[in-house]
Amino acid sequence: MSYRSKTFKSNMITYGLVAVFYIICEAMLKSGHMSSLMQGLLVPLCYYMVLAVSLNLVVGISGELSLGHAGFMCIGAFSSAVFASTAGKGMADVPELIIALIIGAAFAALFGFLIGIPVLRLRGDYLAIATLAFGEIIKNVINAVYLGVDSHGMHVSLKDVKSLHLEDGGQVIIKGAQGIGKLPRNATFTLGIILVFLTLFIVLNLVNSRQGRAIMAARDNRIAAESVGLSVSRYKMTAFVISAALAGMAGVLYSHNLANLQATSKNFGYNQSILILVFVVLGGIGNMRGSLIAAFLLTLLPEKLRFLSNYRMLIYAVVLIAMMIVNSSPKIVAWRKVMAEKYFKRGKAGIDEPEAAAAAEHVPTVDEAASEITADLAAAEKEAARIDEHEADNNAEKED
Amino acid sequence: MAETTERYLLDVDNISIAFGGLKAVDHFSVKIRKNELYGLIGPNGAGKTTVFNLLTGVYKPDAGSIVLDGDNITGKTTVEINHAGIARTFQNIRLFSNLSVLDNVKVGLHEHYKYSLVEGILHLVKYRSTENAMDERAMEILKVFELDGYADFKASQLPYGKQRKLEIARALATDPKLLLLDEPAAGMNPQETVELMDTIRFVRDKFDMTILLIEHDMRLVSGICDELTVLNFGQVLCQGETKEVLNNPEVIKAYLGD
Ligand SMILES: Nc1ncnc2c1ncn2[C@@H]1O[C@H](COP(=O)(O)OP(=O)(O)O)[C@@H](O)[C@H]1O
Ligand SMILES: [Mg+2]
Repeated sequence: MSYRSKTFKSNMITYGLVAVFYIICEAMLKSGHMSSLMQGLLVPLCYYMVLAVSLNLVVGISGELSLGHAGFMCIGAFSSAVFASTAGKGMADVPELIIALIIGAAFAALFGFLIGIPVLRLRGDYLAIATLAFGEIIKNVINAVYLGVDSHGMHVSLKDVKSLHLEDGGQVIIKGAQGIGKLPRNATFTLGIILVFLTLFIVLNLVNSRQGRAIMAARDNRIAAESVGLSVSRYKMTAFVISAALAGMAGVLYSHNLANLQATSKNFGYNQSILILVFVVLGGIGNMRGSLIAAFLLTLLPEKLRFLSNYRMLIYAVVLIAMMIVNSSPKIVAWRKVMAEKYFKRGKAGIDEPEAAAAAEHVPTVDEAASEITADLAAAEKEAARIDEHEADNNAEKED
Repeated sequence: MAETTERYLLDVDNISIAFGGLKAVDHFSVKIRKNELYGLIGPNGAGKTTVFNLLTGVYKPDAGSIVLDGDNITGKTTVEINHAGIARTFQNIRLFSNLSVLDNVKVGLHEHYKYSLVEGILHLVKYRSTENAMDERAMEILKVFELDGYADFKASQLPYGKQRKLEIARALATDPKLLLLDEPAAGMNPQETVELMDTIRFVRDKFDMTILLIEHDMRLVSGICDELTVLNFGQVLCQGETKEVLNNPEVIKAYLGD
């Protein structure tokens, strides 16, 4: 089927891009053509790509604006770091990393599930605010946690090291705001790329499966989805948990790239969540390849344009606002739709629209062009009115 | 009495719902036989769409009961009611507008063609065979509505009349016992309308379907419905065989009165 082979081709291009990126970077590394600055960015590039694609699963495919993605990354980072500094200590790199990834993903998934229960009952702006709050809560709680281990097992406190009541020889793992130290630092670029591939594989395949179709149907029209028997909340949860698990893996990569892990507002705060959202919005909502490219560019550019660093958040804000206007103003959306349909029809003219074919061959005069533009605008107006009406109607029928 | 022993596919008994002070549906009852094409008519705002919303669990009735094929579905959720066997279309079209025409129908097939999440993500053998079977079935259904040529189009790219047909196709894909159509001919030109009515009749015969249809174009209803219920201000004005109902002076008054 042409439709399926088209998606297949598009997915292959996406995988191919990542492969090319990897090969180029490896070649540069081997031949010594890469600056140390750039070398230090390789692993971050990978976890930002994973974060962007996984957030796009929630924002683009499931259609829910989540602003707490860094929280799941935080869970993955800390749970795997606890493992690395306890049971994983002294293990060989590969098994240590594999187990760390499983632990990070599992904990993030668990938290995704628990947070999803209340949050996914909300809609739109409320959901966004609730995820933002949960993200901040996670970061702040972890920032305050003390965790120690001795022969009696784990001890937790929110006060200080003393109140852990460790016996002699007990080990403090998380020291409140000082976080976890002496981590293995064994993350590599290759591991990062493997995670990017894994994330793409999971998300792209999910999108093309029965479950992914259900997730998108629930996004496009919740009421219609229920009317054909889809349990909407279940599929929203599926997307949310998978996305959280993948963000948890990004967190594992993050924590295994550091000697010392702390939860700060810089790495796990809402700024980080919004940065990931910027990748998604800039790359195109629902467009995984776009997310990769945006994560790549926006991670590299600030380093290349250091003189602008003071204005970074300002620029992001402007970009976000501009993208939202372009993507959601009914008039602009309608105008784009009308234009797209026009060109789409002309492109396919021969097939089912003989008049359009004739029209395409006919060179329009200025007058005709003008009237055509007016017609386009009128159609756009109509479309905009229809969208407005549709939204009003959606709101009216959305009763919980 | 033969009437009472007869088994109805849908048996709605005295359902009511009020929004604030407005009694949108007031003691509404209807009995529909299997394989019947039943019409629900009435002026704008009479409560027809609200009846559909009650039947499909969008609203819970304040009182009364709904029994589908011997199964009491009163108070159940929309999802449960679809699984029990009711599928519908909407007066203001609700397609999955970013999905392809084919995928819209495949979403309708969702409950009947299954594989697990893991099989889906790993694209295992069962994934491929099930997806192929779904494609085949979805194309069959699309063909009934002459939409097979548009399978790869985005649903929102279809012209209006075809979008209405796609909604019917999607509802049929869930393999319901009862199909509810809310003003399926709204916005269609007379010729499209005639064609659509032929299609509806065809669907009834080919899928052995029972259909409850809302319409306010009298001509159209009289052409295909076996029986009618006329609703006015939330109440049943008249009920029975099409010919009798249409000749009822009260019905004529309600329609021509304003
Ligand atoms: N959710 C609701 N809240 C308040 N009023 C409603 C709601 N749904 C329908 N109504 C009212 O119920 C009446 C019947 O509406 P509806 O069933 O849509 O009529 P019809 O489909 O016959 O044109 C109208 O007066 C409408 O405003
Ligand atoms: Mg109505």
